[in-house]
Amino acid sequence: MKVLEVKGVTKKFGKLKALDKIDLEIKKGEVYGFIGPNGAGKTTAIRVILGILKADEGDTKVFKMDAWSDAVEIHKKVAYVPGEVNLWPNLTGGEVIDLFTSLRGEVNKQKRDELIKRFNLDTSKKCRTYSKGNRQKVALIAAFASDADLFILDEPTSGLDPLMEQEFHKCIAEVKKEGKSVLLSSHILVEVEKLCDKVSIIKNGKIIESGILKEMKHLTRTNIYAETKKEIKGIEKLSGIHSFAKKESGYSFQVDNSMLPDIIKKISDFEVVKIESYPPTLEELFMRHYENVEVD
Amino acid sequence: MDMNLYKRTFDLIKLIVKRNWITISIWIISIIAINVMVVGAFTELYSSQEEMFAMAETMKNPAMTVMVGPSEGLDNYHVGAQMSHQMLLFTAIAVSIMAILIVNKNTRADEEEGLIEMIRSLPVGRLSVGLAINKVMSTSFILLFLLMTIFMYLTGIENITLEGSLVYAATLAVTGMFFSSLTLVFAQLAENSRSTIFYSFAFLMLAYLIRAVGDVSSEMLSLISPLGLILRTYPYVINNWWPILIMFVWSVLLFGLALYLNSIRDLGSGFIASKPGRNSASKFLKTPLGLYLRLQRTSIIAWFITMFLLGVTYGSIFGDLEQFILSNEMIQQLIEANSNFSLSEQFMTVIMLVMAIIGTIPAVIFALKIRSEEKKKRIENILSKSVSKNELLLTNLIISLVLGFLMLILSAYGLYFASSQVMDDPISLFTMLKSIVVYYPAMLIMIGLAIFLNGIYEKATPIVWLYIAYSFFVSYLGDLLNISEIIIKTTPFGNIPNYPVGEIKVIPLLVMILIAIILIVIGFITYNKRDIKEQT
Repeated sequence: MKVLEVKGVTKKFGKLKALDKIDLEIKKGEVYGFIGPNGAGKTTAIRVILGILKADEGDTKVFKMDAWSDAVEIHKKVAYVPGEVNLWPNLTGGEVIDLFTSLRGEVNKQKRDELIKRFNLDTSKKCRTYSKGNRQKVALIAAFASDADLFILDEPTSGLDPLMEQEFHKCIAEVKKEGKSVLLSSHILVEVEKLCDKVSIIKNGKIIESGILKEMKHLTRTNIYAETKKEIKGIEKLSGIHSFAKKESGYSFQVDNSMLPDIIKKISDFEVVKIESYPPTLEELFMRHYENVEVD
Repeated sequence: MDMNLYKRTFDLIKLIVKRNWITISIWIISIIAINVMVVGAFTELYSSQEEMFAMAETMKNPAMTVMVGPSEGLDNYHVGAQMSHQMLLFTAIAVSIMAILIVNKNTRADEEEGLIEMIRSLPVGRLSVGLAINKVMSTSFILLFLLMTIFMYLTGIENITLEGSLVYAATLAVTGMFFSSLTLVFAQLAENSRSTIFYSFAFLMLAYLIRAVGDVSSEMLSLISPLGLILRTYPYVINNWWPILIMFVWSVLLFGLALYLNSIRDLGSGFIASKPGRNSASKFLKTPLGLYLRLQRTSIIAWFITMFLLGVTYGSIFGDLEQFILSNEMIQQLIEANSNFSLSEQFMTVIMLVMAIIGTIPAVIFALKIRSEEKKKRIENILSKSVSKNELLLTNLIISLVLGFLMLILSAYGLYFASSQVMDDPISLFTMLKSIVVYYPAMLIMIGLAIFLNGIYEKATPIVWLYIAYSFFVSYLGDLLNISEIIIKTTPFGNIPNYPVGEIKVIPLLVMILIAIILIVIGFITYNKRDIKEQT
């Protein structure tokens, strides 16, 4: 079942095309990574999905309802954590959490108190005294205490310490287990890699790559590290070999997957002592897209 | 004394001056300019002996004493005596506010922002910041003293003597120094800049109240209050120096106390711990209406008090009003000649107009809260929940409509409360209420305009403020400056009958209500269609 369906959405601010015909699709129970650098259009896309911005073209459906005109109905089952959490300085954290959960609908008091403990937040303090991380905790607690079916999280961990980050990862795992869906916008790629099933990469308002994370990795290149008795020569110039580098006691390079059999044959001539291969990290995938476009 | 504690104070003084010289200049220039202008105005308004006598008569009542303080010069109420009676207290309060705001900004507010931490990590003395701000404030007030004396004396008006001007200016300067030191003490005691401001203003208000009670009951009580004490200088009349000396000693002592407290506390901490807030929200807060009322709670209460006191202020001069109006050309010009009604009733209609326009200010502020929340990027917190734009806008509108109406009513109650005590033949409360409530349609148009602008082009919302300012100028001064009727009719307030002098006609009022409704409806439709403008 499709929880979110974005089709050909374009959003312009004056002449600037913030979103250019983007597509996104999240099914029930999926954790979806939405990655791209600052200013690529992640937050704009999220605001369109939330019905805070009106798209110029295209169609955005959440739970099969229109994101703009049925916003109120949709939001009963959506929990949102913005990237920059702006709270009212003269209300306490506890008051804001209660306000947020009750504006959405039913309140689970037990879950709320449990989350406050897990995230270690002093709810009796006024929001003016909170650091960025604490303001984020307020929004996260309010989100996870709710009975939402779709969680939209915009760079939710940028102010959290490593312990709280782990707590956040646990929360994601829990809601996933309950069959709920998550849209996680982030530029912390390790986090996306750890948590997400599917990924879309956005750049200058366009989705440039999307799919199942595992498949995306296999489609591309493999990292090889090899130690040999003889010095490896004449390989770096072959097509299909990338970022060839001589290390202290061996060599590291990337191979296009289609060329893998040939290359393995070639390097065996240099009397291999040790060989390791691993799929590319998301970071490498990501950097390649961005480096490529910089050239044009 | 350990000089290391004060290291680099001079560099900090330069920094403070660099960051604040514009603010300080604006304060000093405005304070002096207003006083010089008022001296001029008093001279023109009350040029004859009879007018002065009439003015003194209106001032001879407890309500006036409660407001502006006592006078020793009512028997010969010359310009100097008027200045020391009517202007000294309010100018002193302005100087105090200047001191509180600037001292807090450069001490506790900077500490909260982490700027003091940066400075303290450099080879700078622990008490240098306190000493530096004290030096800057003292110098500013000495400057105020010198310039004020010179400009007042230069007006060349009879009775504005050199000695009187010296006392007048010195009283203000020493009040500024006193409140600088006091704020510096509160900056040590409180935990954050908001509390510092709160304690300082609470002290100022308490000083005003104690003086008000003391001035009509016991001289001793007045002397306890710093504001009561400084009024005992009676510049231009008696020219006492001793209160100035006492205030100066207090300033020095308080400054010493502030430095001591500063030396024994940790950076970022205070002596009065702020009490923890609620761990969970009350039932009331959990709705948009509750939230918006709660967010504006302080402002709502402050406006209620302001409107009531505004009514009381105007009401208190009704006592000897007839005599006063007969002797005052400017006010006579404001009032149309109409023998069917008493001068008091005619004067009341002018007051109602002013109160209605001032009451419109909070109503529009409450209506535009939705816009200020958008600017502060907090509105998506609400709209990302199950709350519609219509519901949110309606909440703002209702708060504005209801509270705006209450503002009008409260000012009329204030007016009745004070006037009924000082008049021999008081105007009825019903007449007053009716006279103010007819202005409600004009207020509705301003609220409607605010909602309309917020929907159609949110950046244009300041236009409503310009229109209110224009309305005030045109309606209030229209008669005085002989502005034509057509121009007066371009403002909603100019189309309201000045009941009881003017007759209430229903049709124009209904038309105005209809216009307001149309503006509001367009505001709702366009707001629903537009994006929430929150760019990161």
